[in-house]
Amino acid sequence: MNEAYEFHGGETHIEVHKFFPGAVAGVAIAALVLQAAFPVYLPGLDFLDLPLLATIYFGLSRRNPSTGLLLGMIIGLTQDALSGPTVPLGYYGIAKTVIGYLASSIGARLDTEHPAARFALIMGFFVAHQAILAVVHRLLLAQPERWLNVHLLIAAAVNAVLGTLLFAGLDRLRRSP
Amino acid sequence: MVSIPSRHRSLTLLAGVLMAQVLLLALQIKRDSRGRLIRVWAISAVTPFERGGSWGFVGIRGVWNHYFALQTTSKENQALRIENDTLKLTISQLQSKAAEADRLGKLLNFRASNEKLPMVNARVIGASAGTASRTIEIDRGERDGVRRNQAVITPDGAVGKVIESYRDSAQVLLLTDREGGAGAMLVESRIQGPVGGTGDPTLTMKYVAGDENVNVGEKIVTSGMDKIFPRDVPIGTVMEVKQGSPFKQIRLTPAAKLDRLEEVIVLLTQEPVEFKKDAEVQGAPSPAPAASAPSPAANPASTSSVPAQPAARVNP
Repeated sequence: MNEAYEFHGGETHIEVHKFFPGAVAGVAIAALVLQAAFPVYLPGLDFLDLPLLATIYFGLSRRNPSTGLLLGMIIGLTQDALSGPTVPLGYYGIAKTVIGYLASSIGARLDTEHPAARFALIMGFFVAHQAILAVVHRLLLAQPERWLNVHLLIAAAVNAVLGTLLFAGLDRLRRSP
Repeated sequence: MVSIPSRHRSLTLLAGVLMAQVLLLALQIKRDSRGRLIRVWAISAVTPFERGGSWGFVGIRGVWNHYFALQTTSKENQALRIENDTLKLTISQLQSKAAEADRLGKLLNFRASNEKLPMVNARVIGASAGTASRTIEIDRGERDGVRRNQAVITPDGAVGKVIESYRDSAQVLLLTDREGGAGAMLVESRIQGPVGGTGDPTLTMKYVAGDENVNVGEKIVTSGMDKIFPRDVPIGTVMEVKQGSPFKQIRLTPAAKLDRLEEVIVLLTQEPVEFKKDAEVQGAPSPAPAASAPSPAANPASTSSVPAQPAARVNP
């Protein structure tokens, strides 16, 4: 999963990044562990979604929709499993599968290295992720769930700021071509 | 077999993965199953990392809280100090009020047991300005019947005598003043001698012959021979006896707390006074006479409830 690709489509040249061995798994596990630790140690920060940020980052970097959606699925299902028996398996799995697919598809078509682009993409993906969760809640689980609200937009902005900073740090895990 | 164009492979995979998860969801809802096997695998895989993460979190938070995030600690410390000072002040005030209530209760009991005797309660409003004399000023004077050479006592024992009386106040010479004194006698042996002050917080008993037997801890009461104090008012307790020739040197601890007087009683007569314990006033059984059970010599409190003889009523 750590291979490098290069897309040559007309005049565009989009580099596919590869990472040090174990970097993807390590970051994903770290994100899940930290997310599970927030309610215990930092309850005020539970609106952050580190597994989602990891899914977006590797999706944008790898730029392979298949690996992006599979990584999103694994992260999402693990998050479901860690969230306790009240969260059915597939709840986060479906949402993160879609986000992984979208991130890697968009990453294959756009330059997503600029912080401003990353900020906008993270905000958009965060809102889309919440929208998918709401759909799953309402349609598949038949439970009431609020749609978009101001708190969600604030959380999206905060996650986008954090994600932009984190992505800059995660770029150091890339292997030079 | 139908071949899938390469550009649609990921889309097909997405549809398949989503479909599988939707089915998984439906299965959990339908069978009320929670996918225990998958959860066990996931939790087993992540738990070691969580344990390590928890250890790290606790460590980092401890370092942060104890070494870096101390801005509020300083403010809290300051606030707690202020609160502590306030509470100390409150406790001091409450203790003072409790002590005052205790003293007033003793006065009330004393008056109750001597209600037929003419006496006035007085509050100490001042004291001698220098160390050369030991006097106090009280808030009762001639208008209240206070005259020179009247005895001043507390429920604990003798205090001194009135040396000057004004319209609304009077000055009292304490027993501990160099000029102060009273006729006294030892409770057990009935040996008499004057007790006077030395300028320090203790008293001395003079003119007790060297061959007389005087024990530390023995009680000393007024003898009534000075025509100021009635007999058997507690004066103090022997704390030190030195052989001398021709007289012993006897030091005693005052029965009344002469260094912290706040309320006193001025006796307007020399009729005998009853010194009873509070319990006796309230009808409790009378304890054994103090004279038969020596009390610690250096404990003035032990003389506070003295009487040398039970309900020491003495004729003038």
